Amino acid sequence: MATEEHSEGGLVFHPLDQFIVKPLFGDGPVHWYTVTNATLWMAIAVLAIVGVFVLGTRGRAIVPSKLQSIGEMIYGFIYKMVEDVTGKDGVKYFPYIMTLFLFILFANYLALLPMSYSPTSMIAVTAILGFGVFIAVTILGFVKNGAAFLGLFWMSDAPAILRPIIAVIEVISYFVRPVSHSIRLAGNIMAGHAVIKVFAGFAALTLVSPVAILGITAIYGLEVLVAGIQAYVFTILTCVYLKDALHPAH
Amino acid sequence: MATETNDTVASACVDAGGSALGMPQLCADWIPNQIFWLLVALVAIYFVMSRIALPRIGAVLAERSGTITNDIAAAEELKNKAAEAETAYEKALVDARAEAHKIVAEAKAEIQAELDVELQKADAQIAAKTAESEAAIAEIRAGAVKSVTDVAKATTKELVAAMGGSADAKTITAAVSARMKG
Repeated sequence: MATEEHSEGGLVFHPLDQFIVKPLFGDGPVHWYTVTNATLWMAIAVLAIVGVFVLGTRGRAIVPSKLQSIGEMIYGFIYKMVEDVTGKDGVKYFPYIMTLFLFILFANYLALLPMSYSPTSMIAVTAILGFGVFIAVTILGFVKNGAAFLGLFWMSDAPAILRPIIAVIEVISYFVRPVSHSIRLAGNIMAGHAVIKVFAGFAALTLVSPVAILGITAIYGLEVLVAGIQAYVFTILTCVYLKDALHPAH
Repeated sequence: MATETNDTVASACVDAGGSALGMPQLCADWIPNQIFWLLVALVAIYFVMSRIALPRIGAVLAERSGTITNDIAAAEELKNKAAEAETAYEKALVDARAEAHKIVAEAKAEIQAELDVELQKADAQIAAKTAESEAAIAEIRAGAVKSVTDVAKATTKELVAAMGGSADAKTITAAVSARMKG
C-alpha cells in the first residue's frame, strides 16, 4: 500500500486504514486489555442501547414516548421472530438473541457515522459471534436431544442409498454455517465502508469529484440498508440454528 | 499478547506512515483485544437487557394489552347499555304513540257523542219549531176560513135582506156552511 501512495497522480487510497485498531490513549502496543478505538465504539453502542432500552423505557408509560416505542418495536420484532422461527420453547433464549441483534444493529449503524469505527467489520468480532452461536447451539442440541440430535443429518425420508451421501453433505454444511454466518456480516460491512473510502479517494480529483460524491451518497444509502439487513439476517439465522437444535427432526 | 518484534510504534500490521499493511482484519495482534472487549460489551448488553430492559418492556406490553382488553370490555358494556337505552326509548316512543292514538280516539268519540246529543237537541228544537209554525199556520188558516165564513154569512144575510126576504141566522149559517164545503 505504501508504494501506491505517490502513483496515480497524487491519489491516495487507504480504504482499509479505517479498520486499524489504535490505542485510544498513547501509542503503545495493543494488549488484550488496551482501551482502543474498537473499545470506544463498542462502548458507545452499549451506551446507546442502554439509552434506548433503559432510559427510554424509564417512564413505563402505557402510552409510550417516542424512544420507548422504538424499544417496544424492536422488542416485539425480535420476540415475534424468535417465537415464529423457534416455537414457544425457544422464547426463553430470547434475551440472548436480543443481545446479539442489538449489538450488531447498533454497531452497524454507529459505524455509519463519519470518523467512527466499525467493530462488526472485523472478522475477529463476527467470528466470535458466529462461532459462539454455533458452539452454543450445538451443545444445546446435544443436551436437549442427546444422540437424537444427530438425526439432523440423517434424512429419514430420503431414499436409503442417498442417506449417507446426504448425511455427509449435511455435516459439511453444518460446519460451514459459522464461517458463512460470521464472514457474511464482516464482509458486508467491510466492503461497504471500503467502497465509500475508495470513492472518497476519488473525490480529491476535481474532475470526478461530483461523481465520486454522488457515489458516496449512493453507497451510503445502500449501507444504511445493509446495516439493518445484516443485523436481521444474522439474528434470523441464529433463530434457525436454534430451531434445529431444539427440533432436530426434519 | 504484545508482539516482541515491534518497535515502540503500534504493531507489525501498520507501516511507518500509519497505513495498514494488508487487511487489518487479519492482524493477529489486534484480535485478542477485540475479542476481550466484544465479550465485555456482550455481557454488559446481556445483563442490562435481561435484568432491566426486557422485563420492563414485557411488563409494559402486558399491562398495555391488559388495559386495552379492559377498555374494550368496558366499551362493549357501554355499547350494550346504549343499545338497551335505545330499546327503552323506542318502546317509550311506541307507548306514547299508542297513548296518543287512544287519547285522540277517545276525544273523537266524546266529541261525536256531544255532537250527536247537540244534533238531537237541535233536531228536536227544529221539530218543535216546525210543529209550532204548522199550528200557527193551521190557526191562521182556520182563522181565515172562519173569517171567510163570517163574511159569507154576513154577505148572505145582507143579500137575503136586500132581496126582501128574511131568513134566520141558523138557516143562513147552515146554507153557507153547506156551500163552502161543496
